[in-house]
Amino acid sequence: MAKMTLEELRKLRDTKKNEIKKRDLSGRDTQIVIGMGTCGIAAGGKIVLDAFLSELELRKIDNVIVTQTGCMGLCYVEPTVEVIAPDMPPVIYGKVDASVVKRIIDEHVVGKQMVSDHVFDRPSADIIKDGGKR
Amino acid sequence: MAFRNYILVCGGTACESSKAGAIYDALVAECRAQGVSQDVQVVKTGCFGFCEQGPIVKVLPEDSFYVQVKPEDAKEIVSEHIVKGREVRRLLYDKDSSKKHAKVEDIKFYQKQFRIVLRNCGFIDPENIDEYIAREGYVALEKTLFDMTPDDVINELKIAGLRGRGGAGFPTWMKWNFTKQVEADEKYIVCNADEGDPGAYMDRSTLEGDPHSVLEAMTIAGHTVGARQGFIYIRAEYPLAIHRLEVAMKQSREYGLLGKNILGSGFDFDIEIRLGAGAFVCGEETALLASIEGRRGMPVPRPPFPAVRGLWGKPTVINNVETWANIPVIILKGGPWFERIGTPDSHGTKVFALTGKIRNSGLVEVPMGTTLREIIYDVGGGIAHDKEFKAVQTGGPSGGVITKDYLDTPIDFGSLTKLGSMMGSGGMIVMDEDDCIVDVAKFYLNFTVDESCGKCAPCRIGGRSLANILDKITKGNGTLEDLDKMEEIGGAMKKASLCALGQTAPNPILSTVYYFKDEYLAHIVEKRCPAGKCKSLITYSINTEKCIGCTACARKCPVQAITGERRAPHTIDPALCIKCGICLETCKFGAVEVR
Repeated sequence: MAKMTLEELRKLRDTKKNEIKKRDLSGRDTQIVIGMGTCGIAAGGKIVLDAFLSELELRKIDNVIVTQTGCMGLCYVEPTVEVIAPDMPPVIYGKVDASVVKRIIDEHVVGKQMVSDHVFDRPSADIIKDGGKR
Repeated sequence: MAFRNYILVCGGTACESSKAGAIYDALVAECRAQGVSQDVQVVKTGCFGFCEQGPIVKVLPEDSFYVQVKPEDAKEIVSEHIVKGREVRRLLYDKDSSKKHAKVEDIKFYQKQFRIVLRNCGFIDPENIDEYIAREGYVALEKTLFDMTPDDVINELKIAGLRGRGGAGFPTWMKWNFTKQVEADEKYIVCNADEGDPGAYMDRSTLEGDPHSVLEAMTIAGHTVGARQGFIYIRAEYPLAIHRLEVAMKQSREYGLLGKNILGSGFDFDIEIRLGAGAFVCGEETALLASIEGRRGMPVPRPPFPAVRGLWGKPTVINNVETWANIPVIILKGGPWFERIGTPDSHGTKVFALTGKIRNSGLVEVPMGTTLREIIYDVGGGIAHDKEFKAVQTGGPSGGVITKDYLDTPIDFGSLTKLGSMMGSGGMIVMDEDDCIVDVAKFYLNFTVDESCGKCAPCRIGGRSLANILDKITKGNGTLEDLDKMEEIGGAMKKASLCALGQTAPNPILSTVYYFKDEYLAHIVEKRCPAGKCKSLITYSINTEKCIGCTACARKCPVQAITGERRAPHTIDPALCIKCGICLETCKFGAVEVR
């Protein structure tokens, strides 16, 4: 890189800022967890993960953490995605593909409305609480 | 393509020495082998500060905090965490937590910290200027070159109330203003990176983790006072910090942030590194300047101060690494923002290197006014091995000890001086019940005696006399008059020595005599070392009722001083015993006694 002018430095900073911001977790209140068990990956989990990352980047949404997890147990509706957003109940979506990803971001993350036709039940909360013992 | 995970590997000296470099290489290789190198960015960052638990690897966005990682663990981190999305629980700091994730914000070590100086340490790759630029790097320089006058900059520092972090606490704006006001054909900017206090590594970590913050600040100072050349005086024992500075300077020059006509402003500024040979006295500013000039590092009386007549007789601004690292943030966020942090007479934060008998040794940055108790018990996790706290030594060889009665003292420039110690550059060594206070005083004094340049008599002769008296006391030959004599000699050194090295050298003695007179008296009158450290005053023996004759101690004894039949009580021959204490550590039955 040759010597920079003030404008070039500012331009470089703006591009790099977006990249490094992804490492900064402060102020992120929404989590999207993607089921990446064998079943999830086979059904296209990785495509869904990439779709979330590129869509969030495209739309400059920076309050979302995208993480992956193992099989959620809903193998018949893979790929599955759990969305935990403030003021919203945690929701598991099934049969997610790139177009559903766009809807989840539009309607759930931004619009605070569930994407009803893709909602699947969560595992019962009481079973999880007492560790599955009866 | 966006990365879905970031793996941050600590690249500070402490973690590097426990194979962090190999861990980084192994992670990169594993990511490639397992086909995820497009999805993951592996970054080698500066120090995370949590050195006790190093090497540290942090994985984002899960914020998993892995500790004591080994190169062999790289495979599992990649195959489990990155590929399958499952945290490697056995490596987590908080592995027993019922929480799903051990987030950094839940770790007590970080909760009371507030990071200005270490803002980028453990977050960016210090060898990549783009990452510094992305974190508002060089915005402060832009502001000072194009939007602010030099007087604006000095005024901002004045409002901020920034005081020198090297120990003396002199207002930074005044130094800069003195140099600015002097007419001269040449002026210089110097960074004092000659960090020498035992156990202190704040400046090293700052330079290793965020070298550009210092380069940017020095350039700002150059523009403000009218200097075109800067020097960083750093000790040769800091090879990693030197390497990172060299990389940073090269990148800055390529980008035109150092050199001629910076960002088209017409302002020229460049920096050179000067290596120190590790003499403690070269941390004293006039000795440091002499050393840069190629002369023997010895102090000269002030005034004139370097701000008026410094390097090669020219006006010179000289600040410590930590002071420099504060400057870009103050310019960026403004003086009033900085002024609100801390206490009425000490603003901002202070970085401390927490070492000694502490559970979480490491590098911590807290707002001024935080109490010693908060640093030692909340951040530091208390005393290691559940021992009793005895004292904390602050300010290195120039400081003193602080006892448990004063743990609730809020730390700032004034408060520790009132207690007979000082904040100093930020070394903080914690002592427990097993440490002998006379032995500690002897350690620090011998350090300053060794490091005295010998130019002035009070330091050269006074220091040696004090060391002789302390040696006498630890050997059981001390008298009560010795205590008065030490105070007399110490007082003379304080008044008459040429530089701070000699003026402060008696502090560790004077403060320990004041707070731990009982312990001195035990050595002098009873010929006894209560902590069992002073070898001439203790004897090792075996309690025949507790000894079961397992022979473990006899096998470990390096001088065969322990004899005895199997399953019969052993004895130690005091004539052969060298009092190394190995038998005491070896015995599982508490049969070895020290008196």
